Amino acid sequence: MPAGCQAKAGRDFAGEPIMNKDDFILKAEGIYKSYRMGVTEVEVLKGVDLGVKKGEFVAIVGASGSGKSTLLHILGALDRPDKGVVAFEGRDLNRYSGGELNRFRNKMVGFVFQFYHLLDELSVLENVFLPVMVSKGIIGWFGCRRRARSRAGELLGELGLGERANHKPYQLSGGERQRVAIGRALMNEPSILLADEPTGNLDSATGNGILEAFEKLNQAGQTIVMVSHDERVAQRAGRIVTLSDGKIRQT
Amino acid sequence: MYKFILAIRYLLKRRIAYFAVFAVALCVFIVVVVMTVMTGLVSDFRQKNHRFAGDCVVGTESLVGFVYYEDFVKILDQEDVVEGVSAVIKSYALVSPVGTERNVGVEIMGVEPVRHSRATEFGETLHHHRDDVSKAFEPVYEPNLMGCVIGIDMVLSRDSRGRYSYDSGPPVPGLAVSCFPLTAKGALAKAGAGLVNTKTFYYSDTSHSGLARVDSSMIYLPFDQAQMLCGMGEPVKRTNAIHIKFKPDVKLEAGCERVASLWRDFRREKANQKNANLLEKVTVQSWKNYRRAFIAAMEKEQAMMIVMFALVGITTVFIVFVVSYMIISHKSKDIGILKSIGVSNANVMLLFLCFAFLVGFLGSAIGVLGGWRFLVHINEIEQWLYEKFEFQPLWDRTIYAIDDIPNTIDLKVLGVIILSAIAACLAGVLLPCRQAARQKPVETLQVSQL
Repeated sequence: MPAGCQAKAGRDFAGEPIMNKDDFILKAEGIYKSYRMGVTEVEVLKGVDLGVKKGEFVAIVGASGSGKSTLLHILGALDRPDKGVVAFEGRDLNRYSGGELNRFRNKMVGFVFQFYHLLDELSVLENVFLPVMVSKGIIGWFGCRRRARSRAGELLGELGLGERANHKPYQLSGGERQRVAIGRALMNEPSILLADEPTGNLDSATGNGILEAFEKLNQAGQTIVMVSHDERVAQRAGRIVTLSDGKIRQT
Repeated sequence: MYKFILAIRYLLKRRIAYFAVFAVALCVFIVVVVMTVMTGLVSDFRQKNHRFAGDCVVGTESLVGFVYYEDFVKILDQEDVVEGVSAVIKSYALVSPVGTERNVGVEIMGVEPVRHSRATEFGETLHHHRDDVSKAFEPVYEPNLMGCVIGIDMVLSRDSRGRYSYDSGPPVPGLAVSCFPLTAKGALAKAGAGLVNTKTFYYSDTSHSGLARVDSSMIYLPFDQAQMLCGMGEPVKRTNAIHIKFKPDVKLEAGCERVASLWRDFRREKANQKNANLLEKVTVQSWKNYRRAFIAAMEKEQAMMIVMFALVGITTVFIVFVVSYMIISHKSKDIGILKSIGVSNANVMLLFLCFAFLVGFLGSAIGVLGGWRFLVHINEIEQWLYEKFEFQPLWDRTIYAIDDIPNTIDLKVLGVIILSAIAACLAGVLLPCRQAARQKPVETLQVSQL
């Protein structure tokens, strides 16, 4: 782990006390979200309640357009709910300042998207250590860049991409790109990994490899929330919740 | 750090960014060349006026002149700050080449050549007597004749390279100079009699001050002769101006202030003497104020040029705006990605400001280098164009009093141009990057947006 790139033990990055192990690390209560499409208002989430415990691997399934990704974005503070509370380690995300939200996205959560979302201008290695670079100023970065590079290299090695570090994302296959995205998401050792249809754009064999990587991470203690429309993919998670008609049904 | 890395990569990998760099470079190139030439011309013109007038002028616009100048010259001669003092007669005259009926109105300037060369650079403008100014009014072909120095454009013409030819000997025969002498009260001194004073002078030298108006209409006469012709020699001696040069370590404003103070005391002292009223209209001016009417026109042209090129700068702002807008539109996914890993709105803005800075810096560097190379060879290029095609694109040297096209780059001007170009680029990217910073990551990362 790069020095100074994580919260201190026992406290979150904002200095708030960290919850007990058995408590929910992430808890959403009464989440409402609607979008305007032309003249009509589409209500996507209608009072979603969801709790995720530390070390859990939760899969959210549901039909296309059921609001799975919207919920994931709200959980990861990429979007704000119209109503309701998302609490991370007991603290309401609505109360976070802009800077705290940025640090939350940088250090506490790691996103894996269906379409990988890597920066084409950066090499594979640079994409992976980008979150550390983002969290540092120029001087800070020069202080920890060796450790960051080394950690990014290790992550790529673990993900089977050690030889691809200096390639550009467009020189990789879909599965390789997704593994780079996972590496980037894990770079700052986030508390939660949020994956939005991580296998949705991959063939089944490659997707299986990604899921195996998730399982390994979860076994090592990583909390994961994954969104998928595919029941078979969701079966790999420890718990499945179904989003239907804007609300959660536990499975 | 990522901001610099990404900004550099966006610049290098997006071909459209090259257009922005090229636009900035072209604009900077044009501005550097035009501003250097224009600034050079203005600076050259100012220097020529400075050399012509000296540092400070105590004088009056009135053709009657003012009295007791000799006393004031003595006071100035004793001043520590003063290096040279020269009293000057300024008036108008009719000049007729001897043996012809033709005549032409000219300005005359009566000077003591040695003194005047100490107060101004009059001696440097001479052709034959540059090394011995004391003989400026002695014709080389007949030293006993009463000589006059003639503004060079009155007697010689320039060739296509701007050079004068002295090969054909004395360019004019004797000149009959006629003045209207005035009394101390401003009346015609010889009313009812012959009206005019006329005296014949012979060409002794030319004066090339580089000031078109001076060189085309000025005849320099010996001081006492000019004084006599203008009726200013008696009963009380008068002159029109005193030109003063300060010692090199004296600041212009301080020197002028000292002279003004001396003049105030002098006027007070002479207040009750005869014709003291003529001292009232005498002013003390720095050379800048004294030649303001001429310099201001040139400076106005320069200011207009700056305004025109500010408009060119606005075009650059627009080009950078369009290019940045296109790049940012293309990079909305990147903005979403960056925000998803914790990049703030301000840092998204900084990223694109950094990009604009690089465009401005690179464009300026290329433009300045190109402009500098072009300026180094501008006279050769113009010469080549003339020799090959008989085309003199900028100034016809047979008409304009310009030797070479000014090509000395002023580092201060260069700095201003570079900073303005970078500021223009930052201004151009401001709106697009503000828009980029406001983009919501969930919108840019949506599958439908990809």
